[in-house]
Amino acid sequence: MTDITSASGAPTPKRATELVAASLKRRRRKQARLKWIGLGAIGVAFLMLIILVGSLVSSGWQAFTQTHVTLEVFVDPEEIPLDRLPRGGFDDALGASLGKMLPGVDMSQRKVAKSVEKILSNGAQFKLRDMVVADPKLIGQTITMTVPVSDPFDQLNKNLIDRDTPEQHRRVKDPEIGYFDALKAQGAITKPFNWALFTNADSRFPELAGLKGALAGTFWALLTCFVISFPLGIGAAIYLEEFAPKNKLSDFIEVNINNLAAVPSVVFGLLALAVFIGWFGLPRSAPFVGGLTLALMTMPTIIIATRAALKAVPPSIREAALGLGASKQQVVFQHVLPLAMPGVMTGTIIGLAQALGETAPLLLIGMNAFITSAASSPFDSATALPTQIFIWADSPERGFVSRTSAAILILLGFLVAMNAVAIFLRQKFENKW
Amino acid sequence: MTALPFLLLILATLAGYLLNRMAAGSIRANGARLHSMISYHGMFAALLVLVPVLTIILLWLAFEGPIIDRVVMSGLPDGLLDGQGDGALQLVLAEIKSISRGQIFGTPEDWKIAAADSYSALRTQSDWWMVAVVAGVSLAIIGFARSRVTAEFRARQGVERIVSGLMIFCSTVAVFTTIGIIVSLSYETVRFLDRVPLSEFLFGTNWEPQIPLREDQIAAEGAFGWLPVILGTMVITVVALFVAIPVGLLSAIYLNEFAPRKLRAVIKPVLEILAGVPTVVYGFFAVLVVAPAIRDLGQSIGIDVAPNTALAAGGVMGIMLVPFISSFADDALSAVPSSLRDAALGLGSTRAEMMTTVLFPAAIPGIVGGVLLAVSRAIGETMIVVMAAGLIAKMTINPLDSVTTVTVQIVTLLIGDTSFDNPKTLAAFALGMMLFLVTLMINVFALRIVRKYREAYD
Repeated sequence: MTDITSASGAPTPKRATELVAASLKRRRRKQARLKWIGLGAIGVAFLMLIILVGSLVSSGWQAFTQTHVTLEVFVDPEEIPLDRLPRGGFDDALGASLGKMLPGVDMSQRKVAKSVEKILSNGAQFKLRDMVVADPKLIGQTITMTVPVSDPFDQLNKNLIDRDTPEQHRRVKDPEIGYFDALKAQGAITKPFNWALFTNADSRFPELAGLKGALAGTFWALLTCFVISFPLGIGAAIYLEEFAPKNKLSDFIEVNINNLAAVPSVVFGLLALAVFIGWFGLPRSAPFVGGLTLALMTMPTIIIATRAALKAVPPSIREAALGLGASKQQVVFQHVLPLAMPGVMTGTIIGLAQALGETAPLLLIGMNAFITSAASSPFDSATALPTQIFIWADSPERGFVSRTSAAILILLGFLVAMNAVAIFLRQKFENKW
Repeated sequence: MTALPFLLLILATLAGYLLNRMAAGSIRANGARLHSMISYHGMFAALLVLVPVLTIILLWLAFEGPIIDRVVMSGLPDGLLDGQGDGALQLVLAEIKSISRGQIFGTPEDWKIAAADSYSALRTQSDWWMVAVVAGVSLAIIGFARSRVTAEFRARQGVERIVSGLMIFCSTVAVFTTIGIIVSLSYETVRFLDRVPLSEFLFGTNWEPQIPLREDQIAAEGAFGWLPVILGTMVITVVALFVAIPVGLLSAIYLNEFAPRKLRAVIKPVLEILAGVPTVVYGFFAVLVVAPAIRDLGQSIGIDVAPNTALAAGGVMGIMLVPFISSFADDALSAVPSSLRDAALGLGSTRAEMMTTVLFPAAIPGIVGGVLLAVSRAIGETMIVVMAAGLIAKMTINPLDSVTTVTVQIVTLLIGDTSFDNPKTLAAFALGMMLFLVTLMINVFALRIVRKYREAYD
């Protein structure tokens, strides 16, 4: 040490301190840099989450309202004769009532009448038909009804269609905008909350499409998934944690469960397609098959969570119960399991939340079909919430973009709610030993 | 109709429970000392009924359909369907079934109507037989269980034996699932390899699964070389890792060493939210926001970008993997013994130096394990690529081009109506087999690294 310093011209102690101070400064700068880069990385992740949610909200919130038009419909006995029900010229009756509200418009011209009728949703005539069929006395009367407008005019009313674009690039033409504005000036156009999003099933027309079918399908699939995976998962976890002898077989089962948790979801879809549908002949597109598949995927999650919860129960509980003469199974089922239940429920809810968002296996078993009614049993054809999102995302109509975002917001809402329940359960009931 | 056997099952179980419980109770009331509590006597009878009868019902429901199908098909007039393919037979069967449900299109041949009649008759018969068998077996078991009730009968041991049998069954379900995956995938893959030679599948550079539906149709011959597909998968995976590894590792380093406790308590759950977002949502995000943004960016600097570029799909997949990698890396860093940290700090290194020269290198095996698991996730990830990546397989490694992946091909080949007899459907299973094997190998390897590393510091 002394040799080197004398060779390089002995630094005074003061100079050594300066050197260290300088290098320390550099080193601290480096530390600050690493810290800021790390914070930046987290910032990137946060930014992505914000952009993700922001873009969904900004395109999805519009779908929670739906433009409606209120009409005075004269149920013309000539157009809709009693003896021809449920057939009749319901669309013409609606068109005529629209024409009455637009004084300057010559409805006798076929072309003009057609473009006026374009304002109404295709579902309007079915709504009128259902009303008249339910109460044939309406024929000959004038009734007030509020019906959805068709998708282009809904977009127009929500300012999603730019009126300044040249007419040929626009889906609504100038005269049509004129009719619509005239209706709006009379106060006939309203934009209430879009209940149809929850009470209608799927439809080819965006203004009529709703999530009822998807929600029903998801409900049946998750119910099936829960009924199967919950008992199986708990049984397996209790056996492996409390009773299994430590041998090769138990190790093999454990490795199996861990690997199963990491198998790609689409492989479970292939399994379901080949075994449940191909070999056992279960119906395609049925939520029951979907639930069965999801159960196989959820089971490892439940097993792992249950084992962790069982492990957290202190041995003193077991020893106390054993000491009082309980059998091993009585100890587990009457003391350990009830104490572990909050953890088990938390794990189960998290597993079900994962299953709720799972899409790929459901696509393979055909739960992406176009189905316009809600399933009333787990064996009816149905879609599920995530597959409905996939279907809508693939649909070309503009109106489906905001519906897709809205459906995603609803799905995320369910996920947040389920996770909140899980966290609440954990904090409220979990025992701290 | 299917509800009836289940109703019977519930009734029989309840009846067994109550009967045995009451019988044991009356023995006790007569002054005898029972070995087991009366509720165990009841439970014994209930489980004895429940387990076998439920098994019978489930097996019956599972095998009834295929057996009836076979009986109906073999009962068809001879010579009618000779030499027809599997697909044609399936169609005939489907038509017979829809006729038996009363959905008749056009005027079906007489033999089809006859077959439909015999089909419905068989179904009704089978249903009634099931009810009869369920009722008979339940009664027999209830009788048997009732005869076992004595003061000395060790009902608790009986119950515990059944329960532990049930639990063993539960834990083997995972094994059966794995076996089911392997068997079903290999079965269809073998059928695929009957039609397409293995060498062509493994080393072919052309993937065009469009095959002619009819003999006389003019269409591509169909080529099944999986190399371009796996290449596309790798391109997207690499793009995803380019996003996920830096962001994930750096955020893990920050969280582990620099983040104040309160900030950490906020950041961790938010990252978990990112991990909990369903992949279909990420897919829509890629289509709605990321792909157009990349395209606009490319146009503004004069590069032609495909509408479904690998960059968009891979980038969004990277975002999805960030929380995955960061939580693995965070765990790996926390698992390094504090003696190493303390020693480095004690020698005067700054916390950053301690992190980059001691902690991080020591945690590398665990981090590599986590990254490998992320790779296997990226390979198996489906919805993002189905929505945002391309359909046409190209031999390219340009991330601005559109590429396809193994999972995209599986889904597109199987969406819609599928019959199990053409190479197109079977190709999906062959791809699934490869996907399963590749991810399994990576997972086993990664889990081994992680475990070894944990043991090294224990």
